[in-house]
Amino acid sequence: MPRLARLIALAFAVGLSLAPRPADARPLEAALAKFAADSFGETEAAIAATAASGDARAATIIAALQEGRLLFDPESRKVFIKEGARLVDAATGAAIGAPPAPLKPVRLNNRLRRAAEAALGGLTLLARDPGKRLEAAQAVFRSRDAGALDALDAAIARETEPRVKRALEEARAAVRLYTRGASAQEKLAAVAVIRGRGDQDALALLAGLPPDTPDVVKAAAADAIASIKGTLALWAALQNAWYGLSLGSVLLLAAIGLAITFGVMGVINMAHGEMVMLGAYTTFVVQEAIRTHNPALFDYALMIAVPLAFLVAGLVGVLIERGIIRFLYGRPLETLLATWGLSLILQQAVRTAFGPTNREVGAPSWMSGAFELGQLTITYNRLWIVCFGLSVFAALLAMLRFTRLGLEMRAVTQNRAMAASMGIRTGRIDALTFGLGSGIAGIAGVALSQIDNVSPNLGQGYIIDSFMVVVFGGVGNLWGTLVGALTLGVANKFLEPFAGAVLGKIAILVLIILFIQKRPRGLFALKGRAVEA
Amino acid sequence: MRSAFLLTRTLDRGATVFLALILALAVAVPALNLLAPPSSPLHVPTYVMALFGKYLCYALLALAIDLIWGYCGILSLGHGAFFALGGYAMGMYLMRQIGPRGVYAHPVLPDFMVFLNWKELPWYWYGFDMFWFAALMVVLVPGLLAFVFGWFAFRSRVSGVYLSIITQALTYALMLGFFRNNFGFGGNNGLTDFKDILGFSVQAQGTRAALFALSALAVAGGFLLCRAIIASKLGKVLVAIRDAEARVRFLGYRVESYKLFVFTLSACMAGVAGALYVPQVGIINPSEFAPANSIEAVIWVAVGGRGTLTGAVMGAILVNYAKTYFTSGALAPYWLFVLGALFVAVTLLLPRGVVGTWRHWRAERQKTLAARREAQRAAAAQPAE
Repeated sequence: MPRLARLIALAFAVGLSLAPRPADARPLEAALAKFAADSFGETEAAIAATAASGDARAATIIAALQEGRLLFDPESRKVFIKEGARLVDAATGAAIGAPPAPLKPVRLNNRLRRAAEAALGGLTLLARDPGKRLEAAQAVFRSRDAGALDALDAAIARETEPRVKRALEEARAAVRLYTRGASAQEKLAAVAVIRGRGDQDALALLAGLPPDTPDVVKAAAADAIASIKGTLALWAALQNAWYGLSLGSVLLLAAIGLAITFGVMGVINMAHGEMVMLGAYTTFVVQEAIRTHNPALFDYALMIAVPLAFLVAGLVGVLIERGIIRFLYGRPLETLLATWGLSLILQQAVRTAFGPTNREVGAPSWMSGAFELGQLTITYNRLWIVCFGLSVFAALLAMLRFTRLGLEMRAVTQNRAMAASMGIRTGRIDALTFGLGSGIAGIAGVALSQIDNVSPNLGQGYIIDSFMVVVFGGVGNLWGTLVGALTLGVANKFLEPFAGAVLGKIAILVLIILFIQKRPRGLFALKGRAVEA
Repeated sequence: MRSAFLLTRTLDRGATVFLALILALAVAVPALNLLAPPSSPLHVPTYVMALFGKYLCYALLALAIDLIWGYCGILSLGHGAFFALGGYAMGMYLMRQIGPRGVYAHPVLPDFMVFLNWKELPWYWYGFDMFWFAALMVVLVPGLLAFVFGWFAFRSRVSGVYLSIITQALTYALMLGFFRNNFGFGGNNGLTDFKDILGFSVQAQGTRAALFALSALAVAGGFLLCRAIIASKLGKVLVAIRDAEARVRFLGYRVESYKLFVFTLSACMAGVAGALYVPQVGIINPSEFAPANSIEAVIWVAVGGRGTLTGAVMGAILVNYAKTYFTSGALAPYWLFVLGALFVAVTLLLPRGVVGTWRHWRAERQKTLAARREAQRAAAAQPAE
């Protein structure tokens, strides 16, 4: 049936284009002549003829008509288009020097405007650029304009691009569902097409069917709605999982440095959040410097900021370790208080230097925007942060596994006294470990500057969450931190729709508090003597 | 007879002096505020009295923290939560006392509930129109929370920094909750605009004087209670747990029961402190739950000297006085530097705190003096050699 309809439509279109063809002129010129007749009926015929001519200039002409820029010369019956101050010949597009005589605009009424619009819609359905065709198809899908049906049929017959073809068919289905004339069978086929689309728009379309729809179609639509809702729920779950993954990778970045200092040295660093903050401010300073000195490099600012933030935060970390923390080993509670004091000092120092307000950190072009994957919307900055978090994790893991420093760090973690006896300078390892943990926090700051406000309080917002990740994942095990961060991120996002953001967070905190009762040393607990050290 | 013995055992000379001082303050400050004419040099202005009344509430909180941290080694970074819960219980009573005098003049519902379009009082607000009930809740709610939390935590042997972090998470979670409007505690704005307490206007000078005296008495009472615990056998076990938990457990003591008892008691004390605090400052809002507040309270104890009760009280008053001094003047931007430096300096240089260091120094001096005397005596006993 659709095939037959298509054939008929094609024949109709071809017939149209053939019928008014005088021997002496192009079909377009014949059509144009009708515009100059200065009667609404003739103009309507002219619109149809122009659209059917298949000429490359047809769309330009009809658009000009819509905007009142189509002029004609009653004497010579020639038609022109006004383009700004210029005047061009409508048929050829060649510029005309001076108008041969006073020109009159082609008059329009509402009926003609509609005709012009439909014709133009049909024409863009046939446009050469597939993007334009897709857009036109989507526009028809939304407007459900019955007048576009013929044009759609023609377009579908010609379409070769599968993506555009699907959009066209969906548009046709939408139109058919809302036209009275379509048979129940056609409508059933249309429901099937819409069902295949399976998004929010499809749901709205099926839910709002006109009351005179046959019962069979209504039943099919109800069935399709149920199925679409199922698909939508699946996509929503996927979207949540993605948000959770993205939150989890942020948590991972923030917590991973903490995991190192806490795991290797047993030091609770309450100033960890401030290292993140320092990293974010380093990004800000780098961007400002680039903005004033070399704006061309702006897109690379983050790449410059990453090593710098690592160095700045790492250096501050080493200073803190050498200046304060090494005197407090074996007194974890005092360390906690001293580093808390440090965090206050750092915050206030940054507030004094940069002011208490948020600082603007721009996004480079390769991090802005989003793309669609099925019905998932994925923003580039989140995607980069996920990749970045995972690669930092992998790099750290490799460093601990394959480098001399990593070996020594592991040795000190497992048995400090034995490591010292083997000639490892544990003091130096402590300082470097602390510097490494802080440096990674600084890197996290670079990433967070893209999604959070860069203010002196930046670190405060992450410190409790990071602790939760480390405590949940288990101390002294980076895999625990990874699993902990992703689990908490995903759990948080899945609880949010049910409980709201704040209650979800509270629920997570309560769950962790309960979890700690069951496994006081986290998911991936170290076993053996290292635990008691 | 026995009670007299208990008292002498509880109070050594320093404690007696301290207690007498607090009690003298409880009488003298309100008297000088109410009786001395404003022109007199002895007159205590009302705002100073209110300020120090607030400090005394902090001092009681510091005592509560010192009891568990100084004597049992439990570092709670969430004691502000118990303080705030006690405060909210009192605040709820004060809200109910406003009655129809609120902006919306609703006979029962507090203003914020009318504003949120609530039709009736939530069940957990029942009973708070009676003072005795509110007073009970001031102790019971923090106590119950601490009991449940502690029961879980201590039984599964969560200790050290882990415990500190989850207490911090506890107060953080409560803060998030109380910030929500639909929790029924006034959301962001908290409870404020109080009119009177037990029929007396909270603004009146006499009420303020009475509240000051009560706060001082509460500090004295808390101090006595802590002294009594520390001087008892229970106190010895607590100190033993602080110093070697595993050994105490192996000796057959149920460590978790001791910890749970002292943690719950400490939470109740914090609740009382919060309840006295609220009518004096006139507001309670969720920011009292902020983890930073709880950590700040810990530093009061550290400055004064953990494991010395007088130190906790003095530390609270000293640090808070310094805070008022700094934040009210041109030095305001530097307060956080000072506070931060205080954290670092005290832990690095003065781990015993002010009072602890002084005591240590005196004990050392007495030891050297005694040794010298001993040497002199020995020298005198053998002159003929």
